[in-house]
Amino acid sequence: MGTRFESVQSVREGLRAENYLADEGIAGVVFLADRLGKPVLVEGPAGTGKTQLAKSVAEMLGARLIRLQCYEGLDESKALYEWNYKKQLLRIQADKSSDSWSDVHDDIFSDEFLLTRPLLEAITAEDPVVLLIDEVDRVEVETEALLLEILSEYQVSIPELGTITAKQIPLVFLTSNNTRELSEALKRRCLFLHVDYPELEREKQIVMTRVPDVTENMADQIARIVRSLRQLDLKKAPSVSETIDWARTLVLLGVQNIDAQQAKETLHVLLKYQTDIAKAAKELSVEAKK
Amino acid sequence: MIDLLAGFVVELRNAGIPVSLTENLDAMEAIQHIPIEDRDAFKYALGATMVKNNSHWRAFETVFEVYFSLRGPEYKLVDGDESELDEMWREMQEQQQGQGEGKGAGGGGMEALTPEEMMNLLMKALMKGDQGMMRALAKQSVQRFAGMEPGRPVGGTYYLYRTLRNLDLEGMLEKLMEASRQEVGGELTPLEERLEKDEYDSRIDQFKKEIEAEIRRRLVADRGAEAMAKTLRKPLPEDVEFMHASRDEMQNLKKSLYPLTRKLAARLARKRRHGRKGPLDFRNTVRHSLSYGGVPADPKFKYPRPAKPELMVIADISGSVAAFARFTLMLVYAIQGQFSKVRSFVFIDGLDEVTEYFKGVEDISEAIHRVNTEADVVWVDGHSDYGHAFEVFWDKYGKDVGPKTTVLLLGDARNNYHASQAWVVKNIRQKARHVYWLNPEPRSYWNTGDSIVGDYGTHTDGVYECRNLRQLEAFVEKLA
Repeated sequence: MGTRFESVQSVREGLRAENYLADEGIAGVVFLADRLGKPVLVEGPAGTGKTQLAKSVAEMLGARLIRLQCYEGLDESKALYEWNYKKQLLRIQADKSSDSWSDVHDDIFSDEFLLTRPLLEAITAEDPVVLLIDEVDRVEVETEALLLEILSEYQVSIPELGTITAKQIPLVFLTSNNTRELSEALKRRCLFLHVDYPELEREKQIVMTRVPDVTENMADQIARIVRSLRQLDLKKAPSVSETIDWARTLVLLGVQNIDAQQAKETLHVLLKYQTDIAKAAKELSVEAKK
Repeated sequence: MIDLLAGFVVELRNAGIPVSLTENLDAMEAIQHIPIEDRDAFKYALGATMVKNNSHWRAFETVFEVYFSLRGPEYKLVDGDESELDEMWREMQEQQQGQGEGKGAGGGGMEALTPEEMMNLLMKALMKGDQGMMRALAKQSVQRFAGMEPGRPVGGTYYLYRTLRNLDLEGMLEKLMEASRQEVGGELTPLEERLEKDEYDSRIDQFKKEIEAEIRRRLVADRGAEAMAKTLRKPLPEDVEFMHASRDEMQNLKKSLYPLTRKLAARLARKRRHGRKGPLDFRNTVRHSLSYGGVPADPKFKYPRPAKPELMVIADISGSVAAFARFTLMLVYAIQGQFSKVRSFVFIDGLDEVTEYFKGVEDISEAIHRVNTEADVVWVDGHSDYGHAFEVFWDKYGKDVGPKTTVLLLGDARNNYHASQAWVVKNIRQKARHVYWLNPEPRSYWNTGDSIVGDYGTHTDGVYECRNLRQLEAFVEKLA
């Protein structure tokens, strides 16, 4: 199969067309993922656009996004495949008389009775797909092992059917909020990408692309205030998505030039803990006076 | 190229970053797809394939800088940048026509600049945020102030210090703020002032990094990559010793402690829930068998419900282990939700309960501040006296130690030659479920000088060396 991207630059431009501003690192890793045929493990603080990256890449390629949301207690019948018991039962009862046992046995364990779940669906798909395994750190360590075969070989072994190999290698993104250390085995199979809070300039650009009505001056102010806030010792630093929400709020309120008062009144969009809000309000207005 | 990369990998491993063979192969493959002259892309290709933990990224960056510093385009920048700089400089000269033409016509590049002129240039560059200019100035100031001599066996920090001392960046910040105030023409609002300050702060930081990078480049050129990598090798965050952490490392530790505690909490919760099936639950099975006409087709099992342990933490917060105690207090705070009961005590030569300080306080640093200022821990002279502290504990709180209690003792057991009163620990152990001792000192220092950890240790379920995050993590996992 051919490669999807020409160069790192083309990845970057493609993503930009989808309103996702990737920096050199993000674009580089996506490019490599395609060339090496390896999944990407995206890690970073919440709300920095990890999931959005997968979505944007899918949009850019015109591919279908298959999403597997991980949670505690996820098992193979939800992630990989499941036998359609009811249908199997019907099949057995439908012609009780005619078929011999072995025929039925072979019959009920065939493709027809297999319910595909996201992982199997991704590798059996004919059309281009992007597989997103979201918040992989939420599953138990034991369940992680489920992913290993599909991530390294792009195949799924079903005892009754044999091994199903991918018709095409999909782009795979795994996201993690880093609530626990992922196993070495999983990490080894992936390219690692850490997405952090963007730098000032990029954040400004992001605000400008995602909130079309904002003026450049405003975007600049917003980005700078957010950066100052992130330097404080907060429980939860404002994320990029919160920055965008804040920009939208300010635009809706018709603010042209942010002053301390307005910033204070709308801080609750940006920060989600009362103690944080109090701290930030204090810092923004009082600190500089002395 | 292969040789170079092999050396690079060896150095990464020496720095403590685990790079497996497959990762190494991946990296080899990755760089074939990357235009080799694109330094950033090259770096990210190596990083994505070999570094799988974000806290290792800094170490990786250092090694990368050392190994590939002479090969990057920055090194060739010298010519290009100088001319740009000259231009700017000439511009400045033209502005200061009062000073006469003789000097302006000279135009002899940066070496001719007086320190004042250089400071002006630097200020301009910082105000504009001009990257190229800042880099060139960093180069110039290192050349000028660091006084680097080939073969001189001093570390990079020495040169860094010398350079920064001459540049007076603190004063520069003031000047920049003044300048921007004038630009607006009068007063800035507090908000604006704050933002400007942060802006300049970050630019100055960037400038400092440029200087550091420049010094590193020069050192590598002088000594060679292997030797340099060795001197620059810093422990990874999880290997930094609590007792000897520098201020920078402390900050980093604090940052990585929060995710660690969250991780530990998650793991504890999972482990406690994970104790799969217990014995057959007869009643439940019979109840469910009714829907199968009395056939027990669906056996039910009892799920074990592990008792939530109680935890008592007794921590030494005297000067010698202060840094360590701070971390353990934070850890206690994090574990508090996981155990049904956590009680914490601190002592120096007296002992006081500090559980209340942690309750309902959302800001951990505030709680620690209160512990350090309000807790009544000094009895006579404020030098550690484990014996007396334990006695007080036994008198006041000994009755609260029960069969569900796990007691955690933290300290270096440096008792200043006071009586050990080890019988207290013995008594505690008889009543409690477990007694563990965490010692932040290296094992080889134990029982030397006034350390009597052995005396206490014999009465505990185990004494553990706990010098860094890695060991702490290993211990808590065991505890769960």
